[in-house]
Amino acid sequence: MFLNQFLLFAAVLFSIGVYGVLTRRNGVLVLMSIELILNAVNINLIAFAAYNQDLSGQVFALFIIAVAAAEVGVGLAIVLLIYRNRRSIDITEQNALRG
Amino acid sequence: MLGAELVTQTPWIFETVWLIPGIMAASFMLILFFGKRLPQKGAEIGIAAIIAAFALSSFATYTWISEINSGSEAESYEALPAATAPIGFGSAVVEPIAFAGEEGVVRGAPIITEYEWFSVTDPMQESVAAKSSAPAIGIGTWVDGQSIMMLFVVTFISMLVHIYSTEYVSGDRRYTHYFAFLSLFTASMLFMVLSTSTIQLIVGWELVGVCSFALIGHWWEDKPNSDAALKAFLTNRVGDIGLLVGMIILFFAAGNSFSIEKINQMAVLSGEDGGISQGVLLAASLCLMAAVMSKSGQFILHTWLPDAMAGPTPVSALIHAATMVVAGVYMIGRLYPVFWEGLSIYGSNINAMAFIGGLTTVGGGLLAFVQRDIKKVLAYSTVSQLGYMVMALGVGAYTAGMFHLFTHAFFKACLFLGAGSLSHACHHSFDMKKDMGGLRKKMPLTFATFMIGSLALAGLPPLAGFWSKDEILVGAGVWPGTEGNGTYHIPFIFGCITAALTAAYMTRVIWLTFFGKYRGHEEPHESSWRIRMPLVLLAGFATVAGFLNMPSGFVSAVGLPKSWAHKFEDWVEPEGVSTFVSKAQNGFTHAKPSLSLAIVASGLVLISIAVVWTYYKKLFAKDEMATEYTDGFMSRMPLLATGHKILTNKYYLDHLYTDKIAGTTKGSLAKVSYWFNQNVLDAIVNSAGSVSAAAGRALYKHFDQGVIDNAVNSSAGAASSSGGVLRRLQSGQVRQYASLMFGAAVLIAVVFVFALGERG
Amino acid sequence: MNLLLQAETALSETGEWIANGFFYLIATVAVVAALKMVSTKNVVHAALYLLVVLSAVAATYVILGAEFAAATQVLVYLGAIMVLMLFGVMLTRAKLGNDEELDHDQRWIGSLVGVGMLAVMSYSLWEFYQGERLPSEQSPQRTQEVALEIFSTYIVAFEALSVLLLAALIGAIVVARKD
Repeated sequence: MFLNQFLLFAAVLFSIGVYGVLTRRNGVLVLMSIELILNAVNINLIAFAAYNQDLSGQVFALFIIAVAAAEVGVGLAIVLLIYRNRRSIDITEQNALRG
Repeated sequence: MLGAELVTQTPWIFETVWLIPGIMAASFMLILFFGKRLPQKGAEIGIAAIIAAFALSSFATYTWISEINSGSEAESYEALPAATAPIGFGSAVVEPIAFAGEEGVVRGAPIITEYEWFSVTDPMQESVAAKSSAPAIGIGTWVDGQSIMMLFVVTFISMLVHIYSTEYVSGDRRYTHYFAFLSLFTASMLFMVLSTSTIQLIVGWELVGVCSFALIGHWWEDKPNSDAALKAFLTNRVGDIGLLVGMIILFFAAGNSFSIEKINQMAVLSGEDGGISQGVLLAASLCLMAAVMSKSGQFILHTWLPDAMAGPTPVSALIHAATMVVAGVYMIGRLYPVFWEGLSIYGSNINAMAFIGGLTTVGGGLLAFVQRDIKKVLAYSTVSQLGYMVMALGVGAYTAGMFHLFTHAFFKACLFLGAGSLSHACHHSFDMKKDMGGLRKKMPLTFATFMIGSLALAGLPPLAGFWSKDEILVGAGVWPGTEGNGTYHIPFIFGCITAALTAAYMTRVIWLTFFGKYRGHEEPHESSWRIRMPLVLLAGFATVAGFLNMPSGFVSAVGLPKSWAHKFEDWVEPEGVSTFVSKAQNGFTHAKPSLSLAIVASGLVLISIAVVWTYYKKLFAKDEMATEYTDGFMSRMPLLATGHKILTNKYYLDHLYTDKIAGTTKGSLAKVSYWFNQNVLDAIVNSAGSVSAAAGRALYKHFDQGVIDNAVNSSAGAASSSGGVLRRLQSGQVRQYASLMFGAAVLIAVVFVFALGERG
Repeated sequence: MNLLLQAETALSETGEWIANGFFYLIATVAVVAALKMVSTKNVVHAALYLLVVLSAVAATYVILGAEFAAATQVLVYLGAIMVLMLFGVMLTRAKLGNDEELDHDQRWIGSLVGVGMLAVMSYSLWEFYQGERLPSEQSPQRTQEVALEIFSTYIVAFEALSVLLLAALIGAIVVARKD
């Protein structure tokens, strides 16, 4: 098996995730796309772990899964809060950062 | 697991002292989760827990004392609990040192129970040997005289504060939170007191800081209160950097060890084989000294302490007497070899700590004079007394420093709770000049206890403060016949000045609050028993605590049994492994008490009381409502007026910190960014405008006039449109920012891959 | 264990083509599902497509011999995170049917960035790792070894992570509670 087939697979998933983050209006969908990006990174780590016969990659993949769980928890809490305050989670309407 | 090999005779209480902070931590959690639903809003949990903790501490104290006494009766070392073998770290196993002190008294060695929390392996070193010598982070309990003393003091004061608070903050909207944090505060201090490793010490230290932040800012709705909490926190952070750096230096210096025991052993051997060199100790102790200065309010980092008075009064009592500010002094005691060897001035017999303490003690004492707020007087008095303790440790009078910590806890708690009682009566004001006066008859019990506390603080015999203060002055070794550890002329003089100052400002407080005529509005009344009971207990301790460490000369002169002399010294002074074993002849030499010094010091105190007394007596004879002379007493003496101005501005330290240091940094940053905004950014926009204008003009000139109708307008138009383009980027759309970010990442990647990335 | 055995046989030299076949099947499914996920008009469908992608990723882990990571992926992502996502969808009362306004009108920016990213990445991957093979004598990486690695070499990171999780937990509660 080639190393590249895994890396390219990951690259495709990553780009799709980026596309999702950039085009979706719904906050929950943006979070889902971010999960896609994180998974693509994990595939890379595990592929390199297998390539180098080294466990570190796998350990970091596990850490990323844990961090992703934390990220989803906080992210959804923020989305809920936005929804409660504005009755909408359309992120194109969230422009309070406008200078 | 690093189970300690405990000697069988070790009383069980010494292995289970962890229960004491454990109970308080559990109480914190319980109050937080269930407090609001209970009839007393959680106060009952806190009080039950602190009473249990106090009972355990008292039992531990009792056991410790009887161990030592039985050791001294048997006059044999075997009967004593031997110290547990030093645990885990490294291979050095040091046998407890049998030590027969004066009069055949054998003192207790520390009993250390330590468990490995986790150990850190260095991923770069794969060898088994490297892994087995990996530094272990230990957590456990360290029981010796010093920690037993602190256990007793902290739980005792905290218990009284809990009871007092049920009355003082009753009806507060965050009553439950208040009690939860009291519990956590006590727990973290006890955790710190019992620490066996520097990591545990740091954790406890930081926890104490967080709790003080929460409690000082308890009434955070008022801006000054939350400001004070922030100030306390930030000032402490300055010192905490020192703490971290110092501990890291010690970690490497002691051969990758966090163990306080090992660090102390190696520090004692400084300058010999297997010791830490003096230069390293100096660096470490200077860093740690910064931490002590911020936590224990030593001069120039003391400014947060008076502001911390914004918190509820019982909290101030707790902070000042037991849980917070003595942490620094305690750390000096715990790592005494490090501080002692590190700060000794090279080639002399003099230790720099004594001068820091000496400066603080006078600086704080002077500031206490000009305060209107009774709590601030007490706060500066604490600064001054902490200076005393550090000075005592600096001159090598370890026991005197610890003894002063012990006695100070009682009378300062008594004074703070007394001040709280006054303000509780005088509709929550602390202003002595505006709302107090003549309270002697209206609150007789508060008056009596406050009086006892003040006299103990001033150091009049036979109250507690006298004995400890006298020992410190003796320890400076200047007075003829005292044979101290060195000759510290300046600290000694500072100490004497402070003794007079303390007496004077306390007399002033007493006159302003209790004599003359009441200047407030509503009728004050004596507080309820929950406030009076702690006051009486503390006043009692402030009276008798001093007798714990009477010099043997005094004991034989009065005709008391000989064994009554210097009990505190026998019980608290560390002995055995890893503590400050007297190195050569330099070390725990005990200075000889001197009767003439005691008489002179007391005379000083009496004279200054008399001076202030007559000052106010005359004043009140003239006008019962007056609080100061208005006939230009100040203006006639320019030197005095200047001094007064410097003092009311607190030596301009706050100006230095906020206006000069923070202000200039902030101001210059703002100036730089303003300049950047005005010159660079505007220049870009303007030049974009003028370039397009110029291009427009060129087009107008060289091509058809009909293409561009208005060359003049185009300049303005171009400027505004280029601004508009820039403005559109600042749309506030997160998605747009994300597109820009990812797009830029792609571009950078392209640059790396194609322009820079030659394969190889 | 079945999966493990499967993976072991798949990874042996004779069975390599089986593993390859599996991989390409899984990868195709995953990419199609991912594309559907970012383009569907229905929020709940998007969540279900994400489920497919995540399972496919877990299967990829098995092919790569990372059994523990695969198990964790199934437990954490499919078990916990997906449920959270669905909760998020329901609590924010998103339209359960088709919603024409799920994407905004500037889809071309996203596609531009996405395609550009993919192009750069695939070019450089192709250039740098062309022809590199995974070791053929591959043994699955045992869970025990992973555990030892986590609890010795990476113990500090592990502790830091546990603190992070606690902080996230508290943060999520503080942010989301009604007050």
